[in-house]
Amino acid sequence: MLYRENGQFKTSYAADQQIFPIAQDRWAIVGILVFAFIGVPLLVDEYLFRAILIPFLILSLAALGVNILVGFCGQITLGAGAFMAVGAYAAYNFHIRVDGIPLLVSFLLGGLTSAAVGIFFGIPSLRVRGLYLAVATLAAQFFTDWVFLRVPWFTDNASSGSVSVSNLQVLAWQIDAPVDKYLFCLAFLVVFALLAKNMTRSAIGRQWMAIRDMDVAAEVIGIRPLFAKLSAFAVSSFFVGTAGALWGFIHLASWEPAAFSVDRSFQLLFMVIIGGLGSIMGSFFGAAFIVILPIALNQFLPALGGLFGVTISTAGISHAELIIFGALIIFFLIKEPHGIARLWSTGKEKLRLWPFPH
Amino acid sequence: MGFFLETLIGGLMAGMLYSLVALGFVLIFKASGVFNFAQGAMVLFAALAMARFSAWIPQWLGIDSRFLANTVAFLLAGALMFVVAWLIERLVLRHLVNQEGATLLMATLGIAYVLEGVGTSVFGSDIYKIDVGMPKEPVMILEGAFEGGLLINKEDFVAALIAGVLVGLLALFFQKTSTGRALRAVADDHQAAQSIGIPLNRIWVIVWCVAGVVALVAGVIWGSKLGVQFSLATVALRGLPVVILGGLTSIPGAIIGGLIIGVGEKLSEVYLGPMIGGGIEIWFAYQLALVFLLFRPQGLFGEKIIDRV
Repeated sequence: MLYRENGQFKTSYAADQQIFPIAQDRWAIVGILVFAFIGVPLLVDEYLFRAILIPFLILSLAALGVNILVGFCGQITLGAGAFMAVGAYAAYNFHIRVDGIPLLVSFLLGGLTSAAVGIFFGIPSLRVRGLYLAVATLAAQFFTDWVFLRVPWFTDNASSGSVSVSNLQVLAWQIDAPVDKYLFCLAFLVVFALLAKNMTRSAIGRQWMAIRDMDVAAEVIGIRPLFAKLSAFAVSSFFVGTAGALWGFIHLASWEPAAFSVDRSFQLLFMVIIGGLGSIMGSFFGAAFIVILPIALNQFLPALGGLFGVTISTAGISHAELIIFGALIIFFLIKEPHGIARLWSTGKEKLRLWPFPH
Repeated sequence: MGFFLETLIGGLMAGMLYSLVALGFVLIFKASGVFNFAQGAMVLFAALAMARFSAWIPQWLGIDSRFLANTVAFLLAGALMFVVAWLIERLVLRHLVNQEGATLLMATLGIAYVLEGVGTSVFGSDIYKIDVGMPKEPVMILEGAFEGGLLINKEDFVAALIAGVLVGLLALFFQKTSTGRALRAVADDHQAAQSIGIPLNRIWVIVWCVAGVVALVAGVIWGSKLGVQFSLATVALRGLPVVILGGLTSIPGAIIGGLIIGVGEKLSEVYLGPMIGGGIEIWFAYQLALVFLLFRPQGLFGEKIIDRV
């Protein structure tokens, strides 16, 4: 009844091709943005910022990057954690080695370094594909793990192997309260999400999708696989690297290579697959699901145990978490293999016909 | 020269163990097209079961003989792996037929989480020992041929022998029995196999079960070497480069890939390691596999991938 495009006539190509062709969608997105920038900082307490909102924003950014590579270009990667690490450590080195470098610039340089490394590790994708490529990208993961652990130059010869940053500011804005961190990450995410959305709607995005759907056929119609694949690797690694810099600088403030281990790579791939391959919206859903689920289980299980008069030990809870997490993932994959984004779009279709479905 | 040979032999024996893990991957991928990331968790689960059963059984049944207790524990753990295989087929794979490779891969990661969680909550999460009476002491061989002879770990030798025998048995099973023929038929073409009356679901259970037994053997060997602990699940990550090097669909590939990776790792650690800092084993294997892949994208013995537009 409320959600339909009757009477919204397009009179120009620009109007026809805008990101949200339906007016209700535009209002909704404006509403969400206003709420995220103004409403949330007023309503939410510090714990929620630290434990859920900031990780969610940063991991959504990383999931966006992974989705560009896996969902839009069809190159499965298990090395996303490595590119986060490259972004974080590169930004760190720019931050401490270049005097007076603005924080934003060091983040973007970190992202660019990650893009360069991404192109390098993307080269095998020109020969190798599918699951072979997935395993090949693990090479990047283990190599970066080793480099940041063993080569002291990257960690500024820190004796403990962990690096830390403090006193972050952009222009005159001091970023240390959780609410500042939240707004900073949110601003990043909004800009990058718009960038990703527009890229996937433009020529380069269509090239990626053609390669994904059938690379031989794409080559026949004149798409250069070299350019398409490597550009996907570069853009994806840029996103993921920037997210890594944010994760290190803003979320952790002090980190070691274990923060970007192979588990992180799996986690990002989970987000993309549960959220929905080849969907910008899906990256957000997936990130929200994966960030919130463990926390929710952690809160919920002791309460459930208490209900039946059973006290579950901490070890028991962590085991149960593992089991439920795994089972839920399998459940989701079986029930909706196309991810939460598909549920969302079916929901929207239904809403358009409501209350008189045919 | 003696030192080089020692390293080489050490590498070959480590490689046999990698092959054992890789075999599990290959078996499942061949028959069901699933890239089974849960293989590491299966190794952990099987090893935990074996370790705990062999400790519990003497108490339950009052058996004194360690050999008998170990045998019963091994059989019980094998039966448990059969149940696991059946549950996986029943609850997961059956519902995911015809899904994309990435989705199946994620599902096996989910299985891995569940197995790790169940394994550690049922069997406990301490470090356990598996004592199957493997000889521990090193021996010297070929003392006449070289100065100082070659120092070889007897345990490694026995482990490599067991792995070799297992591979031989599997090869016989695949080539000579009718079930093995059915497995190969399913591997070649699901639909054709189904149309001549081979029950796909049962075949999958059998394959996962065989992979479970392979995981059990790998778990027992690794477990008696290193102790059974959570890190055993990461053995899968050591097996992955072996699989892609040898080819995802080839059993001989898994063996030869394992040997190449084992030797490459040991030699690089000994000769290259000191130059660029230690601990390079873990990524060197992947880089080695990657270099091979650049020349043969389907692995050394994998089937050639032919694309039609």
